[in-house]
Amino acid sequence: MYRYDEFDARFVKERVAQFRYQVERRLSGELTEDEFKPLRLMNGLYLQLHAYMLRIAVPYGTLSARQLRMLAHIARKYDKGYGHFTTRQNIQFNWPKLVDVPDILDDLATVEMHALQTSGNCIRNVTADHFAGAAADEIEDPRPIAEIIRQWSSLHPEFSYLPRKFKIAVGGAAHDRAALKFHDVAVEIVKNDAGETGYRVYAGGGMGRTPYVGHVVGDFVAKTDILAFLEAVMRVYNQSGRRDNIYKARIKILVNALGPEEMRRQVEREFAEIKTGGTLEVPAEEIARITDYFAPPKFEPLSDASPEFEAARNADANFRAWSDINLSTHRAPGYSIVTISLKPIGGVPGDASHEQLDALADLMDQFGIAEIRVSHEQNLVLPHVRKKDLPAIHTRLAELGLATANAGLVTDIIACPGLDYCDLANARSIPIAQRLSERFADLKRQRDIGELKIKISGCINACGHHHAGHIGILGVDKKGVEFYQLQLGGSGAEDASIGEILGPGFGEHEIVDAVERVVDTYLEKREGSERFLDTVRRLGLEPFKERAYAGWAFHI
Amino acid sequence: MPDGRSTYDSSTREPTRMPLIKNGILVEDHFETIADDAPFPTNGSIVSLARFHKDRETLLARNALLGVRLKSGESPEALGEDVLRLSVIVLEFPKFRDGRAFSWARMLRTRLGFTGEIRAVGHFLYDQLAFMHRVGIDAFEVPENITLPEFHRALGEMTDVYQPSADGRKTIRQLRAGA
Repeated sequence: MYRYDEFDARFVKERVAQFRYQVERRLSGELTEDEFKPLRLMNGLYLQLHAYMLRIAVPYGTLSARQLRMLAHIARKYDKGYGHFTTRQNIQFNWPKLVDVPDILDDLATVEMHALQTSGNCIRNVTADHFAGAAADEIEDPRPIAEIIRQWSSLHPEFSYLPRKFKIAVGGAAHDRAALKFHDVAVEIVKNDAGETGYRVYAGGGMGRTPYVGHVVGDFVAKTDILAFLEAVMRVYNQSGRRDNIYKARIKILVNALGPEEMRRQVEREFAEIKTGGTLEVPAEEIARITDYFAPPKFEPLSDASPEFEAARNADANFRAWSDINLSTHRAPGYSIVTISLKPIGGVPGDASHEQLDALADLMDQFGIAEIRVSHEQNLVLPHVRKKDLPAIHTRLAELGLATANAGLVTDIIACPGLDYCDLANARSIPIAQRLSERFADLKRQRDIGELKIKISGCINACGHHHAGHIGILGVDKKGVEFYQLQLGGSGAEDASIGEILGPGFGEHEIVDAVERVVDTYLEKREGSERFLDTVRRLGLEPFKERAYAGWAFHI
Repeated sequence: MPDGRSTYDSSTREPTRMPLIKNGILVEDHFETIADDAPFPTNGSIVSLARFHKDRETLLARNALLGVRLKSGESPEALGEDVLRLSVIVLEFPKFRDGRAFSWARMLRTRLGFTGEIRAVGHFLYDQLAFMHRVGIDAFEVPENITLPEFHRALGEMTDVYQPSADGRKTIRQLRAGA
């Protein structure tokens, strides 16, 4: 993984000192809260319902064991003993004190971490496919270019006071695991007819109250030109994005107001000029230098079949189920990708305790696993695991409460923090996720249902990605009472789509039953090996609607 | 600059005028911002874009230094080729969150080749000075709480930069390559 040199180390250290001075000026009253707000946000510090929340960047979701231990330390020392992994591959701590935050950042800097640009109207922490470097369907590891983008976007002088936040994701595989088309800008590694790799660039995707799927604005951008191209997109946005209405300020609104063709034309114009200047060219040697940091571990020459693995599968039904569900195909024979579910039945999606974080770091050391990933689905991933080690790893994960077999199933729910923490929320998300998880706890039933992504947001800002859920749930407030709207048919994958609203919202005590009726409808109507999403797309909403609102015809 | 005030003679300035830092020192402001319906003074004038468009011929024919003040929604491209005949371009920051002027300054320096003074006025923070400086703003009408030492402190908070801008600084990548 990437390692800081003296320049990166000094940069982060000075950035912490800069923030420390900002905190001092806030505490002395020199800065008003209004002035301090964007400054603290650019360092990941939010003011929530009950306390400050610090969001720490995990660039492209990659962490070392040493970094996990530091996160455990922070959870213990400055928080209530746990952290919360987010849908942008970051980790949040919900209870830090303002005066402690510069010290937390100093601690993080010792393990090459920071909270840079995890919030605010700037270019946010860059995300990438969480199976990067391990997936069998990958053209190229997306992380080197994500790191190049991270560096370019860090304290960018021109683009730190944008109309609104700006999220960039990078992917490089046939299967889109990074929700590329729902980002302000996405960079997709592609091959052209000549067999060269380059980048397809999308702009204008996003969720929030006006969801859009992104448009292609660059068909095949040369690798050396990617920063010049991104700078061109940013400049068009910074100059022309709306600033009069916070809800219309994202680039998706600009792209759709101009039309994708006009957007492309403006970007091309800027791009041509920036390219002429030449200062943003990324030399091939620089790409190679950064790529070296992400070289995969030396894979042992193993045969793909592992007797230890097969023996454990035959001996232990739990292991068998877990290995069926939570493993993904690795590109090296004899290796596997492990998804560690942070969705225990009835638990809070994405939470991990300091004990779990420390123990995972020990497990990584014990099995020679150099890195762990955070997925945007709020799980953790061990990218390179020998199959023969899986039984022992599973045993240890089970002891830690981290062996839930549900990756990609109905209880692998994404949920935003909702009204339990967030002062933007209209409704609670976590308790709904917990009750759904309990309702569908039976593994046999979950496996029968198959792939089904439920995503829950506690307000229209859509941090829980409900628009991209096969089943999306949106919490709304009706005269002080929480209601939940159902959306069906969304997808954040390569077949990206926005879910359609089923009908009027359900009360807090009705929503779980309603979801169950929707799922039952699928089980009755599905054909062959159709996934839930496929059935919804084939049949449309009507049969689901009829069933979900059975007995309350007066509502429709 | 030992005390930060030594080059600033407040007695010759109107009390309402804010200190002007240019090229890192406090300087006398030789320009006058002219209302759209006021006559021009003999010394340098700064006019709005609307006034510039209206009185362009007269303004450019005068043998006097001229500046144009752009609102944050006004692109310097609206000045066309006249931009190179101006001495000062004033960029307004109506509120510090409005970051358009960062792009205007950079455009003036790199696309339009403007080498005159780019002056920032309005609401901006200590914490933005380094960014403003990087994109090519060289004059700052600063609030009283930003003293000259504070100004220099702000510019020096970060030793190195990751990306090129209008200031021509070597980037970390170039420094790594030993350039």
